[in-house]
Amino acid sequence: MSILINKDTKVITQGITGKTGQFHTEKCQEYANGKNCFVAGVNPKKAGEKIFDIPIYASVKEAAAETGATVSVIYVPPAGAADAIWEACEADLDLAICITEGIPVRDMLVVRNKMKQKVAKGGKETLLLGPNCPGLITPDEIKIGIMPGHIHRKGRIGVVSRSGTLTYEAVAQLTEIGLGQSSAVGIGGDPINGLKHIDVMRMFNDDPDTDAVIMIGEIGGPDEAEAAQWCKANMKKPIVGFIAGVTAPAGKRMGHAGALISGGADTADAKLAIMEECGFTVTRNPSEMAKLLKAML
Amino acid sequence: MKIHEYQAKELLRKYGVVTPRGFHTVSVDGAVKAAEELGGKVWVVKAQIHAGGRGKGGGVKLARSLDEVRQYANDILGMQLITHQTGPEGQKVRNLLIEEGADIKKEYYVAALTDRATQKVAIMASSEGGMDIEEVAHSTPEKILKEFVDPLVGLTDAQAENLARGIGVPEASVAKAVDTLKRLYTCYMETDASLAEINPLILEGNGNIKALDAKFNFDSNALYRHPEIVDFRDFDEEDADEIEASKFDLAYISLDGNIGCLVNGAGLAMATMDTIKLFGAEPANFLDVGGGATTEKVTEAFKIMLKNPKVKGILVNIFGGIMKCDTIATGVVVAAKEVHLSVPLVVRMKGTNEDLGKKILAESGLPIITADTMAEAATKIVAAVK
Repeated sequence: MSILINKDTKVITQGITGKTGQFHTEKCQEYANGKNCFVAGVNPKKAGEKIFDIPIYASVKEAAAETGATVSVIYVPPAGAADAIWEACEADLDLAICITEGIPVRDMLVVRNKMKQKVAKGGKETLLLGPNCPGLITPDEIKIGIMPGHIHRKGRIGVVSRSGTLTYEAVAQLTEIGLGQSSAVGIGGDPINGLKHIDVMRMFNDDPDTDAVIMIGEIGGPDEAEAAQWCKANMKKPIVGFIAGVTAPAGKRMGHAGALISGGADTADAKLAIMEECGFTVTRNPSEMAKLLKAML
Repeated sequence: MKIHEYQAKELLRKYGVVTPRGFHTVSVDGAVKAAEELGGKVWVVKAQIHAGGRGKGGGVKLARSLDEVRQYANDILGMQLITHQTGPEGQKVRNLLIEEGADIKKEYYVAALTDRATQKVAIMASSEGGMDIEEVAHSTPEKILKEFVDPLVGLTDAQAENLARGIGVPEASVAKAVDTLKRLYTCYMETDASLAEINPLILEGNGNIKALDAKFNFDSNALYRHPEIVDFRDFDEEDADEIEASKFDLAYISLDGNIGCLVNGAGLAMATMDTIKLFGAEPANFLDVGGGATTEKVTEAFKIMLKNPKVKGILVNIFGGIMKCDTIATGVVVAAKEVHLSVPLVVRMKGTNEDLGKKILAESGLPIITADTMAEAATKIVAAVK
């Protein structure tokens, strides 16, 4: 088992005809059951054509109706990415995964509020992962996104992180000491996003095939602290926590738009302290995340 | 992206927010001419730099004659203005704003910013204007009021009135304050700002509401649709190395330590910096080469890091995903040769084609130290620079 996706998930790729979309769609198809999972692409100008044997449709709605796909992955360039998210939402998909980096924050604000308004009016909720994220993977079943598939092993540890390469770091450490992963989820480095740490922790807690979790955060924003408070009250599984950015100066955007210390509560030290207080095993040494987790099993 | 106060006020005026009349100038004569044109008996000479706390640092002076305008302009232009936001070396003043005096009866604080938790726009207001708002938030948080605005709805009259009355705007001026708040919100949204702050917003003796100081930051992801705001960019106020790095699509921030680091991915880059500190040294920079690093990008990254005279060693930490370790290894070898690298270099590579990458480093003939983990890499570079 796993969270959010598995070998039977059917995926639509929005932005499949662009350079990035093509490159990663091919890699995702090659991974595990990918050939059967990636069933549709969207581009209104190229409807009716095929790419890597994947049929292209004019809209997400049409692609979903024709193929039964319930998940989309978005590689659309920044200026059109928020509209692409909304299109996935209007097509009533279960999950939209937005890889695109550099979407204007205002566009994300507007689309997130539209998504919430739709649910408030009784519409179907489409979960959003990202934007500016590597995607997610359930090893040996399906990979949706840009992570290197070969570092993963099937297993029972969940990984959740804002950062792509730091997720890979944790995954590689786990694989190296013989611990496989149930799912590894990159929630993205933007300030306004979809699924947050707390949402993914909830899913790992409910997943019978996840035994423990590595939760990785960054400076900036309240998300890790919120997740930690929730875990304190609800989480039944061991957690190792790391926060990147102890050495980051205040007021400077550290690469990710969301990695910016704005108050005093969103520094790495403050977040590490809250996580520790909430029962996480926290470390300041990112090289020992997997080792610490193994010791707790 | 940050802009100057005089530019922020220009923007606010465009959206109908009332500000004092004033002129931007870069010379002492220009300052006097501006004061003459403004008329009146009192002028404010304000240093324009991209940092707060200018008044305390001696960058804002009240002049009561044209001679005083000349004298203060002369004093301030060219000075190294040191504030709590500039660092100890200060920032050179190249621009002035000359404004008419204001009849300040009361000072308030108002700001718009994006709230991550609620995913709405927060409009904040406080009766404690003119002060450092972080200090107010710390010591008297109850004096900061907030309304969260749904961008699909906009700031409502009721919300704006709550804020205006809540911070004690007299009844006769509430309508004016409401109007100002709504214009501030519109300006914030339409310009893709990430912060729009008026501090202080003042109540004048005649009941008018005016923006006496203003500060804006903009979302760099959205600058492509705001050429008018890009025009406000002042390269003199930015770190030259950071500008140079951005030309090569490198995210670079200079710091105070002596270990340069080159990493792919923002999170891993911060984690690498943290590991360096954990093992007893300080990072000299944050540098994310991104997902598609080429030999050229790596070479530029080395050049930028080595421009910093404090750098005594370099740590490269790459997690090869889509970017293969052998590609990066080749880039590192070429770069090290091209810049005639003379400081110790530790390379840690993991992921796709890791073995091939290590082989390229080993066969390069360069004294590159390799490591398997971040901790090992940090230990080795810290030892090498001691």
